[in-house]
Amino acid sequence: MAKEKVITPEQEAIAKSLYKSTDQFENSIWNMGWDELVPGAACFSFEGEIDHTVVNVNPEDRPNAETNSINKYVGDWRVVKPVWKVDLCIDCQNCWLYCPDTSIISRDKEMVGIDYDHCKGCGICSEVCPTNPKSLVMFDENTKNEDALTQWPEKNTKGE
Amino acid sequence: MYRNKRSMELADVEVWDGNVANSHALRQASVDVVSAYPITPSTGTVEAYASHNANGYVDGEMIMTESEHAAMSGCIGAAAAGARSATATSSQGLALMVETLYQASGMRLPIVLCMINRALAAPLNVNGDHSDMYLANQTGWISIDACTPEESYDLVLCAFRIGEHLDVRLPVIVNQDGFLTSHKAQNVRPLSDDAAYDFVGDYKEVNSMLNFDKPVTHGVQTESDWHFEHKAKQNAAMMASPKVIEEVFEEYAKVSGRKYNMIETYKSEDADIIIVCMGTTYQTAQVACDKMREEGIKAGVVMPRVFRPTQMDKLVETLKNAKAVVCMDRSAPGGQTGLLYNDVTAALFNTPYRPLVSNKIYGLGGRDINIGHLSTIYKEAQAEVEAGKLDGAIQKWIGVRGPELKYYSVEG
Repeated sequence: MAKEKVITPEQEAIAKSLYKSTDQFENSIWNMGWDELVPGAACFSFEGEIDHTVVNVNPEDRPNAETNSINKYVGDWRVVKPVWKVDLCIDCQNCWLYCPDTSIISRDKEMVGIDYDHCKGCGICSEVCPTNPKSLVMFDENTKNEDALTQWPEKNTKGE
Repeated sequence: MYRNKRSMELADVEVWDGNVANSHALRQASVDVVSAYPITPSTGTVEAYASHNANGYVDGEMIMTESEHAAMSGCIGAAAAGARSATATSSQGLALMVETLYQASGMRLPIVLCMINRALAAPLNVNGDHSDMYLANQTGWISIDACTPEESYDLVLCAFRIGEHLDVRLPVIVNQDGFLTSHKAQNVRPLSDDAAYDFVGDYKEVNSMLNFDKPVTHGVQTESDWHFEHKAKQNAAMMASPKVIEEVFEEYAKVSGRKYNMIETYKSEDADIIIVCMGTTYQTAQVACDKMREEGIKAGVVMPRVFRPTQMDKLVETLKNAKAVVCMDRSAPGGQTGLLYNDVTAALFNTPYRPLVSNKIYGLGGRDINIGHLSTIYKEAQAEVEAGKLDGAIQKWIGVRGPELKYYSVEG
């Protein structure tokens, strides 16, 4: 039996640090009038010019501009959400691979959390999760995660 | 982005129709991407440019697309990527392009569109009227009008300079009349390839997608949160563009000896009766004007060279001493007055000047307008001035068979 997976506080922090709200930017576009905007609504991804090694830097450490879509909160689009039961996860990375919104956060090939600021609740991660019972299960958006973990489905047995 | 490597020897005076004149202006501007779907009567622009391309005079790309919508989309993609781009179209092609015209202006991409004006169907018609020019009237494109092949050549070169200016960054339409200008070979005195390119200059990239040092998204979605501010900024650039247009016209006069004005005038300074019209009618009206002057009517002609943005202050300055202004719109008005009438009356309304302003709908689908028609219009306007009021209605349809058509009656 493999060692049971646990999440360190550092790993947990990563999952919460991707999104920056408007008040975290010194020159927020929300404080700008029409005259200060970039012509044609062109949106920059990064502050200033970048060198091309940015691809090797984890998303939370990149110089993301306010207009980068990472800073666009779309969590309220969701009506159902995936909840992750850490101890069942085998780090197969299926969910990370299939998530259409890069909302499964992994570091060094280990899942560390779900990006609820960008997850839209499509349920693909749960669908492709191979464990039994699933480590990712969809719950109503209003259900608290700690309550969800107490309602986890039983293991499926053959023939049922 | 750079001057075409191979240049063409041109005579001091070439005999070109409006389409060929356009093609040489595009070639001399070393356009990076021409993306087009030819349509009569603008086919000649694309065809002649394709010949330049096939003969090795064009270093840029030429893309034949599957529709006008795709043609303008190709220009938009190229311009967002950081290329100088241009196309040509007419009538139904412009109609299919409309959705992307708004994209181009909203994304602030300085594309040049050579428009050969043609009536919009139905009934299907390939001849010239201004219904396509009027259709583009609120698309956020600067719209300039040419009467001759030489003017179109000149103004297409100017269009690149105007649209690409850092204070403007808006797309520009250069209009000319279908067949009357586009297919009538006339004398054109072109610049040399070098002089033309020196005038237009290298393309200045702004936030281009091919600048990998500063990744950027173009064509974004904004909702009620940002759309209003971006439209405000776009319109501010449009409203500030006349200053740049005048500068470019000044500079072009220095290299070509030909001076264009925001509003073109002919004998309007002391005129009692002024006809306001566009395209080739401006030339015919000048002949009629001279004839009227011989007969003792103080006639004048005015043409907005720059149709959009609207030149309210200059229209007032030009028309304030007239006793009658006849606005001639070559487009089916669709249950309203024509756009020139709307522009002129809007300009004059908040001023103390009160000439009689009437609206003539004429020349639809390329129906001829001749010196006789225009002389009659001058004489009727003179009679209205003497009577002190319009003859029953604001709008009259000129040169249409059947019972007289007039709308918007006026009291007394």
